[in-house]
Amino acid sequence: MRYTDVICSFCGTLCDDIEVVVEDNRIVDVKHACRIGTAKFLSSNELEHRLLKPMVRKNGKLVETSLDEALDRAAGILKSAIKPLLYGWSSTSCEAQSAGIELAEELGGVIDATVTVCHGPSVLAVHDAGYPGCTLGEVKNRADLVIYWGSNPMHGHPRHLSRYSIFPRGYFRERGQSDRELVVVDVRKTDTAKIANRFIKVNYGEDYELISALRKVVNGGELREESVAGVPRKEIIELAEKMMNCQFGVLFFGMGLTQSYGRHRNIDNAICLVRDLNVHTKFVMQPMRGHYNVVGFSEVLGWQAGFPYAVDFGRGFAWYNPGETTANDVLQRGECDAALVIASDPVSHFPRKSVEHLAKIPLVAIDIHPTPTTQIADVVIPSAIAGIEVEGTAYRMDSVPLRLRKIKEPPEGVLSDEEIMRRLLARVRGAESGVQELEVRAR
Amino acid sequence: MKLILKNGFVYDPINGINGERMDICIQDGKIVEDVENGRIIDCSGKLIMPGGVEIHSHIAGGKVNTGRIMRPEDHIKNVFPKTGVTRAANGYSTPSTFLTGYLYSKLGYTCAFTAAMPPLMARHTHEELHDIPMLDKGALTLMGNNWFVMRYLKRGDVELAAAFAAWLLRAAKGYAIKVVNPGGGEAWGWGRDVRSLDDPVPHFDITPREIISGLVKVNEMLSLPHSIHLHANNLGRVGNYVTTLETMELADGAKPARERQTVQLTHVQFHSYGGDSWRTFASEAESIAKAVNSKDNVIVDIGQVVFGDTTTMTADGPMEYYLSSLTGLKWSNRNIELETSPGVTPFIYSKHSPVSSVQWAVGLELALHIKDPFNVLLTTDHPNGAPFFKYPTIIAWLMSAKYREETMKEVHRAAQRNTTLATIDREYDFYEIATVTRAGQAKSLGLSEKGHLGPGADADVAVYDINPEEVDPGRDYRLIEEKFARTSYTIKSGEVLVKDGEIVRVVNGRTLYVDAQVDESLERELMRDLDYYFKRFYSVNLANYPVQEVYLTNPTPIKVETGVR
Repeated sequence: MRYTDVICSFCGTLCDDIEVVVEDNRIVDVKHACRIGTAKFLSSNELEHRLLKPMVRKNGKLVETSLDEALDRAAGILKSAIKPLLYGWSSTSCEAQSAGIELAEELGGVIDATVTVCHGPSVLAVHDAGYPGCTLGEVKNRADLVIYWGSNPMHGHPRHLSRYSIFPRGYFRERGQSDRELVVVDVRKTDTAKIANRFIKVNYGEDYELISALRKVVNGGELREESVAGVPRKEIIELAEKMMNCQFGVLFFGMGLTQSYGRHRNIDNAICLVRDLNVHTKFVMQPMRGHYNVVGFSEVLGWQAGFPYAVDFGRGFAWYNPGETTANDVLQRGECDAALVIASDPVSHFPRKSVEHLAKIPLVAIDIHPTPTTQIADVVIPSAIAGIEVEGTAYRMDSVPLRLRKIKEPPEGVLSDEEIMRRLLARVRGAESGVQELEVRAR
Repeated sequence: MKLILKNGFVYDPINGINGERMDICIQDGKIVEDVENGRIIDCSGKLIMPGGVEIHSHIAGGKVNTGRIMRPEDHIKNVFPKTGVTRAANGYSTPSTFLTGYLYSKLGYTCAFTAAMPPLMARHTHEELHDIPMLDKGALTLMGNNWFVMRYLKRGDVELAAAFAAWLLRAAKGYAIKVVNPGGGEAWGWGRDVRSLDDPVPHFDITPREIISGLVKVNEMLSLPHSIHLHANNLGRVGNYVTTLETMELADGAKPARERQTVQLTHVQFHSYGGDSWRTFASEAESIAKAVNSKDNVIVDIGQVVFGDTTTMTADGPMEYYLSSLTGLKWSNRNIELETSPGVTPFIYSKHSPVSSVQWAVGLELALHIKDPFNVLLTTDHPNGAPFFKYPTIIAWLMSAKYREETMKEVHRAAQRNTTLATIDREYDFYEIATVTRAGQAKSLGLSEKGHLGPGADADVAVYDINPEEVDPGRDYRLIEEKFARTSYTIKSGEVLVKDGEIVRVVNGRTLYVDAQVDESLERELMRDLDYYFKRFYSVNLANYPVQEVYLTNPTPIKVETGVR
């Protein structure tokens, strides 16, 4: 069976032109996807790398069990906790996220996503200064100046350049690449920088200074310094003029800007730069979001609870205070007394102090394959891969929502994240809770 | 379920019922002549209206959520913990989806249309509508800057434009054609705008005038339930009333295919300004009202301003940029490929500001100068003029010259000097209030089963604790304000959702969208063109563009026979 227009649920580029051939519930061919995407599709065949059976910890060891027992144990852990943390969410569907938010609200827990350790600072900057952006098709059709700053799409988002920014022919850029200019600003000469028309090497941790220097030139100031952030004055002035004189410019920025020294202040300054540029020409910006549905989490939490991440429902309503309610802060203060991790692996990626607390408290892990997090969990529930084995919604990095497809059956007995959340919610509520079951949001 | 609402004072303008004391009978979600053994709700001494219908309110979709995410400060001011019935909810000018449903229901509204849905983002809009409980809902679909529309109209192919519009409504699950700053949205792709009806759109060689008259034709060819819903050019600009008057003339371009207007000019308060600089900023509401009074194919909704902090959001990207450059406040923008360019920025309407004070007066002037209330619908363009839950205050202003006078004393004297509001002594009665908050909206939208209480209508009813025989709205305006904010009962599809101002039951309403079909060969020609264009210029494939029905709560297609070929 050949499927066309399949959406790749790996990165925030969310390519929707993939062709997949499935035979006997095995993916035998993947066309158009990048190497990472292809690997994800094909990995769904390798059941030895998957979690297939629910497990609970008995006498210090994870042992296989029935789904009902695993769900009961998980619900018991969450229900008896005073302040559970529900973390992960970026690599699953909006439907699962929506059910998870309802669960967090029911439990009075804290819900946070991987946003907290990637573009969280960008969100904080948006609170300060707003967000002048566009959809990626606008870049394809109009952009004649494309800047990647602290981002290396050749590795992280391999098809970003060919689908949206540099290589494609657009309505007003008929010749594709030759109608555009690519500038890369980074601390090292990345593979993206190698194909750029201009590479600007900025000193590590001095992005803020470089942005300020650019703003000074854009706003008509005189740059007196010989060089700023390791970039000579002449180059800064040239870049600023290039930005002011283009017809449609776009600034893609990555973790090199959000997670380096200055963090949200860097982004705040970059937003102000884009705003300043709009006095002269058309300029927009776009964070290079990583996980395929990290944007979706902020959108769903945004419309349901008013905030983009790090929400504490302990008071019965949504309380948002990054630095207090963010996952790492809750963990490092030892504040949460149980955790549920879904579609994420904080044990590999969080600071040691956070992981130490995570290891101390009862932990429920829901994932498609074993990870260091599932290794230390007390309950492990396997789930199906959204976009391959189950349908759902995901938001591309520019907030364009797409419907993920189902192209093969999940392993026997394995449920979707959404269904697992629904069943947990029902168990947590119990028959005696008296809470009226809202009309099912499942779709 | 059977219900009898006994002995209330009924205001039902569509059926000409003006405060008569009568019973309203409900069975199986519909209004019926008579019902046996129904549960009786005593409504004596209370006022009964059809459920409110919201025709223009930014309640769901990308830019609403951008507003929420951009403004956490908006979400700590208005907070409601979860209860046994309702979800945790918050937000002031950009309430969460749940709160949006709850608050509308408390006001007695049972149906709402979100004001501007970019088709590419339609799935997002529907995901949010899905999470708005208590209401039937629909979405006005943006077409005024759509490349296909502009191309087809430019080459004079109105049939193909109509086929496209019909397809787009089906694909986006939209209800009506929305036009926002025609041409200006596309120009904003280059950081530009159009400033008159005859400014050409860059690279498309078409003018706003041609887009508007073209879409009026398309709308009537398709015989859609609603007319085109038009946010004219030059919103918020000093002296823009000239453009507005010129725009109204374009409504004559086609004969209405149904019993309704051909153009609804929306939030016209923002389009009724005279003067030649912010210093001389003045009201031209009287000229606009005069034009509306003299025409029978144009209606307006007012987009009333209420003082306070709010978030402005519109698909008019250049306008939002302009506004944020005036205030210096944070600004979000998202150009959407081939379609539109929305923006968001916070705004504070201050009583100390001469401009805000005049804006406040202009909305009320329009409502009071326009004679037939069916031609002037009550909106705040939520949240642009004010959050929708300020409606009771506006109702009180409309019903009480004294209240207006009191407010006039608090605001900048420009409102007195540069508007005619102080000279108007007209006061609305309940019948007129029922018209501008539900009957007029239902008529304009072509919703034959809403906005009235005749047999066969949806059993959507609002009961307010106001005794029209005892209350004098002109004097007791505080009471009017208080009582219209909390119904005694809100009944939707025959179910009691609100009792004594508290939510007692949460339901999901229906999602209305238009299913208009055109001739098959025309459709084939269209699909060929779409296929070519999507491959080259969109960033999503055609197959992934249409919104699936799974996103809609109780999907309710409205079939339209178009005869377009």
